[in-house]
Amino acid sequence: MIELTPWDLVIASSMIILLAITSLLLQLNIAKQLIIAAIRNVVQLLLIGYILKLIFNSINLFLLAIIASIMLLVAGFEINSRQKYPLKRWIGFKIGTSALFISSFAMALLTLMVIVAPTPWYSPQYAIPLLGMLLGNTMNGISLGMDKLNQSVYQQRLVIEQRLMLGQSYQEAIHEIRSESIRTGMIPIINSMAIAGLVSLPGMMTGQILSGTPPVEAVKYQILIFFLIAAGTGFGIMLAVWMIAKRMFDDRQRLNLDILQIKR
Amino acid sequence: MPDLTIKNLNLSSISSNFSQFFNFTVPAGTCMGLSGPSGIGKSVLLKALADMLPHEGEICLDDVESQTIPAQQWRQKVALLPAESQWWFDRVGGHFQHFDEALFASLGFEKEVLDWQISHLSSGEKQRLACIRVLMNKPEALLLDEPTANLDQENRTQMESLILNYQKRHATPIIWISHDKEQLSRICQQLLTVEKNHFNITSIGPEQTEEGVFA
Repeated sequence: MIELTPWDLVIASSMIILLAITSLLLQLNIAKQLIIAAIRNVVQLLLIGYILKLIFNSINLFLLAIIASIMLLVAGFEINSRQKYPLKRWIGFKIGTSALFISSFAMALLTLMVIVAPTPWYSPQYAIPLLGMLLGNTMNGISLGMDKLNQSVYQQRLVIEQRLMLGQSYQEAIHEIRSESIRTGMIPIINSMAIAGLVSLPGMMTGQILSGTPPVEAVKYQILIFFLIAAGTGFGIMLAVWMIAKRMFDDRQRLNLDILQIKR
Repeated sequence: MPDLTIKNLNLSSISSNFSQFFNFTVPAGTCMGLSGPSGIGKSVLLKALADMLPHEGEICLDDVESQTIPAQQWRQKVALLPAESQWWFDRVGGHFQHFDEALFASLGFEKEVLDWQISHLSSGEKQRLACIRVLMNKPEALLLDEPTANLDQENRTQMESLILNYQKRHATPIIWISHDKEQLSRICQQLLTVEKNHFNITSIGPEQTEEGVFA
């Protein structure tokens, strides 16, 4: 494999700076966000690069559990960011994290203990990238589904109340919104499965090929990952959307949007 | 013969206009008019009776108290027709489980109404269809929030007679919000007048006046 020198990265970063300058000149207001994201990206990735180097040298279940928990908590926290009608912080964190935990960890354990089954099963070289991909994608899905759910329920609250008045259960009254939200959350993963190989070469596969893995081996891994991500994302979104929808009604099936942070 | 009985209903937790305790009965087959200045909370009162708002006190239909049966079952029995109806499918037909020819015809609709688009309905058409939608649930008590507000003379008469016929057949207790004093004296036996922190009940027609409970 051709190793990258710092200069290679400097050249690539000059493209980002060029983009930032262009957007400043055009007054597009994205320069600051772009630069911050780029700096965060460098710092976070360098940091994890060194941490991974450390962990890969010492196979330790306890250490792995700590890293996995940090990944889970950060993803759980980020779910509720950038929402139009976010849930109240603590509720959003609780629901997001538990949905993530159940779906992503189940898929990761299935892979590590049954499908790929490295020895030991908690080999960090497999466990961490796998969990990372599962958490990242599931987080995106839940976040999109949640955004759609909260926004639709808030905007259609009169319709939901009308349906309740007509004697429908809360499950019936919110049924269409709930399935639309789950569908919205699933769009990215379904899209990327559908175009994989025709339009885009998925990142993990590209990485493996660049580092010298035979293409067919890389493809097999990529298929495995796609299936796991799709299943994990789907179950995660369903869990989160069901939990939130339930919390939006009280014990007498009245719509109660106290769990949303409504900015007035 | 279901009477709708309200005992010690208190709504102070949801409306600052209501510190009083409501106690009244709407006997089976009778209609109680509900009037009062706008913004006082007449709709809030009806929503509470349909158990759509948290409240203290008892609301009974015959011997059944609202909290003793599932909320959705209560709302099927004690149906609320809101002032502004809401529709969620593209066409009228999606909102009805089946077509009841006589019921639709009584408000001047034929079967093709089921194919009409909701976005093309006038407010009067929506109001009439919403009334049909409620009656198709076979409610045992009716809470009507200005059901004829957007209707012309002819449609108003049709709607009144549809509701009063339904009442006659099923001995339905009705609470009817209206700003039209003539309409109320035409269809109601009692009149509940709500004002800030008190209410009173008068009879319209032959029965004698009965004072409400002041808080």
